[in-house]
Amino acid sequence: MKFKGRVWKFGKDIDTDRIIPARYLNTSEPAELAKHCMEDEDPVFSSRVKPGDILVAEKNFGCGSSREHAPIAIKACGISCVIAKSFARIFYRNSFNMGLAILESDEAVDATQEGDILEVDMDSGEILNVTRGLRFKARPVPPFMQELIRAGGLIESIKKKGAI
Amino acid sequence: MRPMTITEKILARHAGSKEVTPGDLINAKVDIALGNDITAPIAIHEFRKAGAKKVFNRNKVVLVPDHFTPNKDIKSATQCKVLKDFAIEQRLSHYYEGGDVGVEHALLPEKGVVVPGDLVIGADSHTCTYGALGAFSTGVGSTDLAYAMITGELWFKVPESIKFIFNGKLNKWVSGKDLILHIIGDIGVDGALYKAMEFAGQAIERLSIESRMAMCNMAIEAGAKSGIIAPDAITKAYVEKRAERRFRFYSSDLEANYSEIREYDCKRIEPKVALPHLPENTRNVAEVGNISIDQVVIGSCTNGRLEDLEVAARVLKGKKVARHVRLIVIPATPFVYGEAMKKGYFDIFLKAGAVISPPTCGPCLGGHMGILAAGERAVATTNRNFIGRMGDSKSEVYLANPAVAAASAVKGRIAHPDEVVGRK
Ligand code: SF4
Repeated sequence: MKFKGRVWKFGKDIDTDRIIPARYLNTSEPAELAKHCMEDEDPVFSSRVKPGDILVAEKNFGCGSSREHAPIAIKACGISCVIAKSFARIFYRNSFNMGLAILESDEAVDATQEGDILEVDMDSGEILNVTRGLRFKARPVPPFMQELIRAGGLIESIKKKGAI
Repeated sequence: MRPMTITEKILARHAGSKEVTPGDLINAKVDIALGNDITAPIAIHEFRKAGAKKVFNRNKVVLVPDHFTPNKDIKSATQCKVLKDFAIEQRLSHYYEGGDVGVEHALLPEKGVVVPGDLVIGADSHTCTYGALGAFSTGVGSTDLAYAMITGELWFKVPESIKFIFNGKLNKWVSGKDLILHIIGDIGVDGALYKAMEFAGQAIERLSIESRMAMCNMAIEAGAKSGIIAPDAITKAYVEKRAERRFRFYSSDLEANYSEIREYDCKRIEPKVALPHLPENTRNVAEVGNISIDQVVIGSCTNGRLEDLEVAARVLKGKKVARHVRLIVIPATPFVYGEAMKKGYFDIFLKAGAVISPPTCGPCLGGHMGILAAGERAVATTNRNFIGRMGDSKSEVYLANPAVAAASAVKGRIAHPDEVVGRK
């Protein structure tokens, strides 16, 4: 899987209430959630984000609640991939379960500014900052998580096991 | 056999192995799989998408519509109905609504649905609360919940444990809430990322179950996978009369491995407040200066239990809430509600000028029942003070224990309980 897109950059400890405020959780419709994605952090984000854009953030991205609405909202507003220095535990798990591409790299985050163009190769973990001509390697995705992605997510993996 | 922590022992048992080591990926059986009105609709959708027909065990899948209930609008009513229809179709024994529902993490221990030694997963990050009973419990997403509802199992990575030892006796007005805020202020909001937090020491051994729950509840606020306290006589007294199932006490081996051990002297811990917009921004209440407030919320899965209302009543007795401050008291469950009424706390709250809400998450997540306008400030006994958590993105939430919250309501600014109690 390869992605190329323009970067939206955010700070550290971006919590799930900032990704999708709880006041909008009376629905789980992806398109509805997408409208409010990152609203309290950057009110114009959801109206300006373009399909394929890439979200870059500092440490502990997605901390807070377990709401799967967070990765759903990010995916539904067109973001192809999230690169952060680290992810909160449940957000990390949820992203794999529902198929949002995420990568960890301190160096890529430090060297990337809002508006840069990145090219990301999910299979190799290579991140190319096209704007600055810099190359980075993300921390490898654990084999178990790779298997989940190959199976098409957690629910698909049950079907493959023949558990239903 | 290698020495293990309580967390490792519970995980090993549920994975059907003799031992596990941090970093192991295991498949483990779950005793309870929990969802609420926000997370369960997605799980139920995934359940159907997978072609599943029946939950793995109708007594072990628990649905608690507590966030936007009593239904605040048509959309939330529609979500709650998804839970209700599913509960009826699957004949779930643990589904609550109307006058039976309470905030999930207060309700399940109270009803004896979760018991010591359990492995509990919940599509709610504060599922870690049940560690207070000596269970391994952790928050997951809706897809994980769907998987567990179908198979009765889930994959886990065995976490490393950090031990937090509290020596000595608690100071006046200090509760479990202050101890956990103290830790988060110390290690930060990702200080225990992916780890299990184990709380121990003399002060913990004397701590009430309510205060233990407040501590384990906020383990997630340090990024942890779980929080846990070894069950003891206090646990036994609490669960004995409630437990629906057989329970089992585990404890850590003396030589168990910890990634870190931190010790605190309780003499040096005073009532705390966490300033906006992260739970790690903790200060001693006495040090915050003059911060005027518009609202106080006493409730939630952190501090909406009977002990919490009792402390609040003690502070508010014979007092009036300051002009222009709204005090909202939310008993976490119908049981707490009834007991608080019987014990006369409601009289105290009403005379003080409080609003008493039915059990609900309500304003804790900015849902309803007390939302903040731009520029407004609240002191809340809840667990998160993120931007926009209780309303407008330009409002502020200060986290504190119920005594501090009640004192602040009286003073109209963040206040120490000593400023209110014993004075006219
Ligand atoms: S009371 Fe607050 S933190 Fe607890 S479950 Fe409800 S919304 Fe979540």
